[in-house]
Amino acid sequence: MLAVTSAPRIDAKKRAVLDRRRQEFVTTKWQAEAYPHRMNMYPIPPLDDITLEQFEEWAIARLKVLAELEACQFRNRTADETAEYMKPVLDKHLRLSPNSSQSSEVEVERKRDHYSHWTLRLAFSATADLRQRFSRLEAQLFKLRLRLDRADERKAFIESLPMSWEVVTEEEKKTWHSELVAATGLRRDEEESWFKTEWEHVPDLVERRQCLLKKGKAYVHVREQQTMVVNEFARQLELGLEQAARFLPRMDEDNRLSPILHHLSQSFVAPDAGYTEASSIGDITTPTAASIDGLSQHFPLCMQNLHRELRKNNHLKHFGRLQYTLFLKGIGLSLQECIIFWRKSFKLIADDKFKAEYLYNIRHAYGEVGGDANRRGRGYTPYSCQKLLTEPAPAAGQTHGCPYRTYAPDNLITLLQSFGVTDRALLQGVREDVGKQRYHIACNRVFEHAHKGPIKKVKDEALWPASELDTILHPNGYFKRSFMLKNLGREGGGEVKMEGSGE
Amino acid sequence: MTRPETLQASSKPNYSSPDILRQFYQRLFPFRPLFQWLNHGPTPQPDFQNREFAFVLPGGAYIRYQSFLSADLFKKQCVQMTPERFEIGPQYSINPRDRKQLRKASSFRPVMKELVFDIDMTDYDSIRTCCSKAAICNKCWHFIIMAIKVVDTALREDFGFQHILWVYSGRRGAHAWISDKRAREMDDAKRKALAGYLVLAMSGEQGKKISIKRPLHPHVDRSLKVLNPYFQDEVLAEQDPWQSAEQAERLIRLLPDKDLTAALQKKWDSMPGRSSNQKWADIDAVAEAGHLSTLSAKQLVDVKQDIRLEYTYPRLDAEVSKKLNHLLKSPFVIHPGTGRVCVPIDTRHLDSFDPLGVPTVTALLQEIDEWESKSGNMSDEEKAKVQDWQKTSLKPYVEYFRGYVAGLLKEESKGKRSREEVAIEGLNGMEF
Repeated sequence: MLAVTSAPRIDAKKRAVLDRRRQEFVTTKWQAEAYPHRMNMYPIPPLDDITLEQFEEWAIARLKVLAELEACQFRNRTADETAEYMKPVLDKHLRLSPNSSQSSEVEVERKRDHYSHWTLRLAFSATADLRQRFSRLEAQLFKLRLRLDRADERKAFIESLPMSWEVVTEEEKKTWHSELVAATGLRRDEEESWFKTEWEHVPDLVERRQCLLKKGKAYVHVREQQTMVVNEFARQLELGLEQAARFLPRMDEDNRLSPILHHLSQSFVAPDAGYTEASSIGDITTPTAASIDGLSQHFPLCMQNLHRELRKNNHLKHFGRLQYTLFLKGIGLSLQECIIFWRKSFKLIADDKFKAEYLYNIRHAYGEVGGDANRRGRGYTPYSCQKLLTEPAPAAGQTHGCPYRTYAPDNLITLLQSFGVTDRALLQGVREDVGKQRYHIACNRVFEHAHKGPIKKVKDEALWPASELDTILHPNGYFKRSFMLKNLGREGGGEVKMEGSGE
Repeated sequence: MTRPETLQASSKPNYSSPDILRQFYQRLFPFRPLFQWLNHGPTPQPDFQNREFAFVLPGGAYIRYQSFLSADLFKKQCVQMTPERFEIGPQYSINPRDRKQLRKASSFRPVMKELVFDIDMTDYDSIRTCCSKAAICNKCWHFIIMAIKVVDTALREDFGFQHILWVYSGRRGAHAWISDKRAREMDDAKRKALAGYLVLAMSGEQGKKISIKRPLHPHVDRSLKVLNPYFQDEVLAEQDPWQSAEQAERLIRLLPDKDLTAALQKKWDSMPGRSSNQKWADIDAVAEAGHLSTLSAKQLVDVKQDIRLEYTYPRLDAEVSKKLNHLLKSPFVIHPGTGRVCVPIDTRHLDSFDPLGVPTVTALLQEIDEWESKSGNMSDEEKAKVQDWQKTSLKPYVEYFRGYVAGLLKEESKGKRSREEVAIEGLNGMEF
């Protein structure tokens, strides 16, 4: 998925042609924009050409990281837990190697980090809400990375920053020693090293009386430097975002970027997860029309609900059918089996009517019929959580969409209870998530509760890479993971026996 | 109206009658220096022109968002409307009178105001014994003196502020106005931080003990050194806060050691009538006699420090200081209850400031009349040269204020001398 490897293919005609004067400006500026440190305050926007694919892919990767970070926060993970959880996620999507590594990718990684930051800055500057959320998450990411940085490189990075602080000299230390120690609460194991800055730069330290003040200068212990850098980063980012918001309407743009930016900003509801073939269980076992009832225990609430409605009414309305058909396609149900499934499910409908009104839609979803593009693309891709969360809410009689969003909280709790989710603390958590519109977090919460045991086993024994246990963002991902956790240790050992397969 | 009420009304002088107020604003109120103080320069600029004033009219009406283009226009409206008092707010991004013409309400926002502090005697009610509520005497005024000393020192030494004006609030408190450029431009977060730095959490009525971090922060340590003599002389001797058995209960509650408190209780029960000074000394005496269970001798020192802070450390109304757009009563207006003028306090002679000796508006107006009769032998020309405020006991206060403002303007003009000089020259050229 790394677009870095694909050759840039910018049409020569579309390449930004700059006049001579600007060209010069760009080159000089760009040469200054090397990446001497792993960390970056992103003061200067990128000026190099990149392909549209890179533009989008890098941004999506960063978005994924930010979403995971937010999920950590929603689940009240501590700083240490978050760091542990985020490490594999960062390595997968937004790896940044230290200077000490011999990797040839260092420059590319840093460029990707730099560009994706600025892309998202553009995408999330439109509304105050998005800006606030983005700057909060970026500041967290920055803090996390600073924490994970090697001590010597962190020091070099901090010292390279144009911050207005100066080191407290030995002479000053001697004169004010006891006051410095008392004011900054120096412990015995800490180095006797302070710096001074204007007190306005460290208001929270002043408020807690954790620095020494002399004529408007704050004497601060070096351990506070990291916090100051993070605060400064957040402050600059907020300013930058406001600036971006003002310039956004005037962007010199030829309709290539704005759809991407719009899509990215949408992704903040729940990050968009592309459907991958890997979500099917086709390589482990072959699902059939008859096995769906048994498999439905692994379905996420949205699909379980559709399945139940279908069994109850022997019918589903159009959008419910579409959502469910694509999901079934996603788990690896073949077209033939899928047709059989729907035919059997619509018990009260005559063959003629089924053929006339329903068959075509099913085949269309699989890409068997329809326009050239549809057939080449093998039909539609299964809907992601984001799609389900952003499409119009169902009208009366319709049952598609994400129940966490479409059901009133009380009804949602009843629905969950009817599926056997009864743990009170869990339901309370779901209610809170839903109240804060974190629908996918609620769904993940239910998932994690249902699979507590196996998840712990997988974690403890490190059976799966940690990135396989990140936040679920796709109904098919939910199914696959649920299925795999139930059948732990059985994959690879031949055909997995499926419950309900011998109807 | 019934008879007794009219009697009462006439027995107590009405300080906010429009006639008195009109004369006061017309003849005595120092509009010019007040304008310069808020304007930070001799010619009107947004510092003053976009500044909010809020008027409290004699009927009780409260009018906000008043602003004035010049000192004269300001004076004109005061004479016309005769506000009981007025309050000073921040400079806004645009003229506050035009705020409703804006398409976006968010672009009307406060941009600058002096950093202010409010110390009010009511916050000391739990530890003062001489008066309560609105009353004040020279004994409890010492609490205000202590507070001014501690806050003033911290503002000057720790934050480096120089232009600090302390103002008597007219009855039982004091306000501080800090006009340094750096202080004026602080946003809410910084004001909150600064207030947090100065405020120490105090124990509540329930007797929940305050605990202050050790080692003491240099600011607290220095404050304690300033306050120690006052604790002996003013708190223990004058206020005598633990005199009765019930009052001593409060002291007992602040000592977290059962053996110690039991021994003290016994001693005081057997010897009623011991003064606070003696009781304070008893703590050490009893502790030395071995009645300490949980506390070490060093911890006892800390506990005693905490108690001293509790009884002397300034109690600020922090909310006033935290917000850029908080309004505060202007200096030199009249306190409607006491009739006293809210005069500035000269911190060089802080100890001799007598809040009860501050002139009232009626006395001042009388002084003008007396001056007229006394100086009958002056020629009319000479008389015209003497301004009304110079004829009264308001004179030293106005002079102090003018001196203070001159210092501020001098500092202000340093930064932008060239431009300012041109402006002043232009002004001089226009004068005939």
